[in-house]
Amino acid sequence: MPPNISPADTAWLLISTALVLMMTPALGFFYGGMVRAKNALNTLMMSFSALGFVGLAWAFFGYSIAFGHSNQWWGDGQYFFLRGVGLEANGTIPHVLYFAYQGTFAIITAALISGAIVERMRFGPYLAFITLWSLVVYAPIAHWVWGGGWIAKLGALDFAGGTVVHVNAAAAALVCAVVVGARKDYARQAILPQNVPFTLLGAGLLWLGWFGFNAGSALGANRSAALAFTNTMFAPIATLVVWTLLDLFRSGKATAVGAATGIVVGLVAVTPAAGFISPTSAIILGAFAAFPSYFTLLYRARTRLDDSLDVVAAHGVGGIVGALLTGVLAQKSWNGTADGVIAGNWSQLGIQAIAIVATIVYSGAATLLIVKVLSAVATLRTEVREEGLGLDFTQHGEEAYSRGEGAILLLDGRNE
Amino acid sequence: MKLVVAIIRPERLNNVLEALFRAKVAGLTISRVQGHGGEIERVETYRGTTVKMELTDKVRLEIGVSDHFVEPTVKAIMQGARTGDVGDGKIFVVPVEHVYRIRTGELDRAAVTPVGVPPD
Repeated sequence: MPPNISPADTAWLLISTALVLMMTPALGFFYGGMVRAKNALNTLMMSFSALGFVGLAWAFFGYSIAFGHSNQWWGDGQYFFLRGVGLEANGTIPHVLYFAYQGTFAIITAALISGAIVERMRFGPYLAFITLWSLVVYAPIAHWVWGGGWIAKLGALDFAGGTVVHVNAAAAALVCAVVVGARKDYARQAILPQNVPFTLLGAGLLWLGWFGFNAGSALGANRSAALAFTNTMFAPIATLVVWTLLDLFRSGKATAVGAATGIVVGLVAVTPAAGFISPTSAIILGAFAAFPSYFTLLYRARTRLDDSLDVVAAHGVGGIVGALLTGVLAQKSWNGTADGVIAGNWSQLGIQAIAIVATIVYSGAATLLIVKVLSAVATLRTEVREEGLGLDFTQHGEEAYSRGEGAILLLDGRNE
Repeated sequence: MKLVVAIIRPERLNNVLEALFRAKVAGLTISRVQGHGGEIERVETYRGTTVKMELTDKVRLEIGVSDHFVEPTVKAIMQGARTGDVGDGKIFVVPVEHVYRIRTGELDRAAVTPVGVPPD
């Protein structure tokens, strides 16, 4: 074992990498349950294909743009095509493991955007979009916050990616939903979830994976990881309770889709705060975070904005609330680095706000550019007829729930 | 009385229902069926297995109406179900010998007239 590499830290990051990788299929199930049956596979594929396309872009270019050295805005090409990514120590873990761990974040962040454009976007342009987006939008913002860029130098607190992952994905989602446009049936017909158990299963697996996401971001098996782990458990617990009570008071029924959403909102909100605040603060943060997202969801559904699976309400609003509350609730006595408002450091709140605004502005503008360029060279949307038939058949030539009655086998070379 | 039977695309059902309710047609039954009607063939592939789907999902509507309601009913279905592509479906108008309302035992025209509307 080379000096500086800790077996304990390496073991925990190996597990964390696998856990975060699993979050992307979990997101597919979370999203896939909420669309109509004719679009179930397409929605799942939007997450699954991110594993491939964004993952490869990360290996070739993204990692170097995010974590190469050069300047405060983007990394240089020193790690392009994994050049120089070896078994040497990066912190207390092998560099290759750090590269793999960070790759799982790029993948899920791109997949998160799909929630805003499900049931209507053509699959080819979608693949091009998430691949380009991960390089042009995600990698630079990751560099600003984690790669030694200007937001890190400013002193913004973002433990596991509240702004880099969630606010960023939500800003992109908003732009995509506006440019791609609403589904043809949106606000005309009831569009109901095809499989609520899938959505609950997805939320449960996301929670499991999120322990790797947040506690893994300590980059070691240490006290910071233990704190982040505990907060990742108890913040969503509080959000789930408050969300359920809001449901009960508003409609008299505690809904399952609501519970799944509440868990995800709590996880999003605690992401930037995980290793910086006390567990009691995490419970307060989780409980508080339920309100803005809950009411944004209700409001959004009455607007013309077809952010179909509410990426903005869950990840944008939840991410902003979490990032701001990190600036309020951080305590040096718990994290050893920075205090927030409750410890008398008001300036932290301003720094958090700058990081949020910068992320929204850059992500929004760069996403708009990518989508406009793509729409100039390709058709982003399916035809109305294809949207009616469903994207599973029209985009993938498969159905999620095929019965096989009346299916005639075509044998190779003997097709009519 | 007539029985209007319509076979339509599942994705047009909501439009058809909307059109029917606007035409004041209130009583109907639907079932999910599969059929073959000369649509453009759909080929699906699951790993190495390529299949031609000969049966397409459809929705079947059954609506019992008094004679003067046949035309508005048919019009509403046409308007809601039509996309212009092969596979929009068919409407059959079938004569009916008798209709009974089970709850009251009412017969024929009284039985197909929605509750609360005086039979004209």
